[in-house]
Amino acid sequence: MDLAIEKTSPARKPLSLLARIVGAESELKKKDALEGYLFALPWIIGLIVFVAGPIIASIYLSLNDYSVLSGATWVGLKNYQRAFFEDPLFWPSLGRTFYYAGAVVPISLVGSLLLASLLNQQLRGTNIFRSLFFLPHLTPTVALAVLWSWLLHPHLGPVNMVIQTLGMEPYPFLTSRSTVIPSMIMISTWSSVGGNNMLIFLAGLQGVPTELYEAADMDGASSVRKFFSITLPMISPSILFNLVMGVINALKVFGLAYVATNGGPNYGSWFFALHIYNQAFAYFRLGYGSALAWFFAVILIVFTLIQLKLSDRWVFYAGAN
Amino acid sequence: MAAIQSVHSVVPADKAHSYRASQRLTRTLLYVLVCILAIIFAFPFFYTISSSLKGQWEVLLFPPTMLPEVPQWQNYVRVFQVTPFGTWLLNTINVVVLSTSGAVISSTLVGYSLARFKYRGRDLLLMVALATMMLPGQVTLIPQFLLFNKLGWINTIRPLWIPSWFGGGAFNIFLMRQFMMTLPMELDEAAAIDGASRLRTLLTILVPLCKPAIATMAVISFMGNWSDFMSPLIYLNSQDKFTVAVGLNYFKAVPASTEEQFYHYLMAACVISLAPCLIMFFSAQRYFVRGIAMTGLKG
Repeated sequence: MDLAIEKTSPARKPLSLLARIVGAESELKKKDALEGYLFALPWIIGLIVFVAGPIIASIYLSLNDYSVLSGATWVGLKNYQRAFFEDPLFWPSLGRTFYYAGAVVPISLVGSLLLASLLNQQLRGTNIFRSLFFLPHLTPTVALAVLWSWLLHPHLGPVNMVIQTLGMEPYPFLTSRSTVIPSMIMISTWSSVGGNNMLIFLAGLQGVPTELYEAADMDGASSVRKFFSITLPMISPSILFNLVMGVINALKVFGLAYVATNGGPNYGSWFFALHIYNQAFAYFRLGYGSALAWFFAVILIVFTLIQLKLSDRWVFYAGAN
Repeated sequence: MAAIQSVHSVVPADKAHSYRASQRLTRTLLYVLVCILAIIFAFPFFYTISSSLKGQWEVLLFPPTMLPEVPQWQNYVRVFQVTPFGTWLLNTINVVVLSTSGAVISSTLVGYSLARFKYRGRDLLLMVALATMMLPGQVTLIPQFLLFNKLGWINTIRPLWIPSWFGGGAFNIFLMRQFMMTLPMELDEAAAIDGASRLRTLLTILVPLCKPAIATMAVISFMGNWSDFMSPLIYLNSQDKFTVAVGLNYFKAVPASTEEQFYHYLMAACVISLAPCLIMFFSAQRYFVRGIAMTGLKG
């Protein structure tokens, strides 16, 4: 419609300033563009107030000693210096977080892919099994932590009762420094392996064209060969997505540790997100907390960018050149 | 299946027979495997529900029993008596309803703007939406806390739902935008010829067609808000303001009753906090599963 009008009016009036600001090609489209801004306005306000503003404020805070009562005192990079060289919990909590993520991500990625492949075998009742596998993922984090800290309780928990019935010593699970993180890895795997990752893989597997498998059958390819030469490359975009999200979520681990052990025993599960939370909201060191948060954000962003960069080498997009 | 049949036609009968037998064996083994996995995933739920119906002594019985001797339904009543669980539930419902409706309404508007309008900076906004998905929430948490503190919103549920009325989150915006892009532009043009305003076009033409995307978004944001723990933990500090998630954590640490062992009540509380997510999942499974699958394929 707009086009027709433009063609019939060869001597167009010069565009008004407002039209040029909003990037419209004609006066008619100006109204359209303005309406576009209007529809996006709540979000633009939200971006400024709840995202951009806080990001800038948080950089500023990280360079200050800040408490709610006394306000800000400029300290420059001292908060960062303190984190890297003086805070005895900083490096250990970072190491712990990587230990946890380094185990959870590959285990649940491989596990989810296996579960999805299993559900893709056209077994009868696949939908019911899919729902059952998904159940743990629906559990709210707090309920998950409460539930498992009871199941794994050293004396009263049913798991240890069974272990004792079998004549073995009760296993400490969440109550010993050396077993607390492996126990949490197990709990997280249980709760996430049949969750979103599995559904995404399943959708990916169902999207692989059957002709590819038929052609491979003609050539007499084995199932293992088909899996590695057809399935994996075809679903590599899903793998990348799950990998990136998995790393971010694992590094951000908070609720499970906060509720089940509160970072204990003896700082055994004191993850980095817990460190930030406690510095900022338990001790109200808001400046120092902001510095920690920035450091953490940089780590997450760098990790994500590295993964996206490396993905050129192994992710295959069907339909792309 | 076609491939299997074509194999049948070229191999001799006895070979085809053994092929079918081995197929049947594989199937059986797969079934066994799937059933074992289903038990691993479902058993803790079954055991939680069973424990929530046991008596105080029965929960700690050695060796543990599968089912309660007599189901103690009053445990579920007692939970509401020994803790302010009713208040926590109401608070949570408030937060969930307000924030989910905010997210649905505002991300529909913003998605519409990004999908159907042309203006300077639109593509930049889309890039910003994607970038904010990558940014960890921790960075904005502390300044947001100070902002809400200034506004006097601490220890109210306002910080938990008001922000979702301002855009509804990058993920939801992106979902709506992508979905609207799949709808033919001719629909909008026809409405414009009939003299409908852009808002009217959205409400009467596009929104009814976007129902699957809206349902997906509603389900996912319902669950996210229901189980959110960190924000209510930071913003709420008196018991009467707690949501279920924070309340459950509090109840776990500080048993409200003087009874020493309270695991049967704790398990009943867990079941109550879990139930809405289960109900939501089973009633809207279709939308939920498709929504999750969509996010993965788009990424």
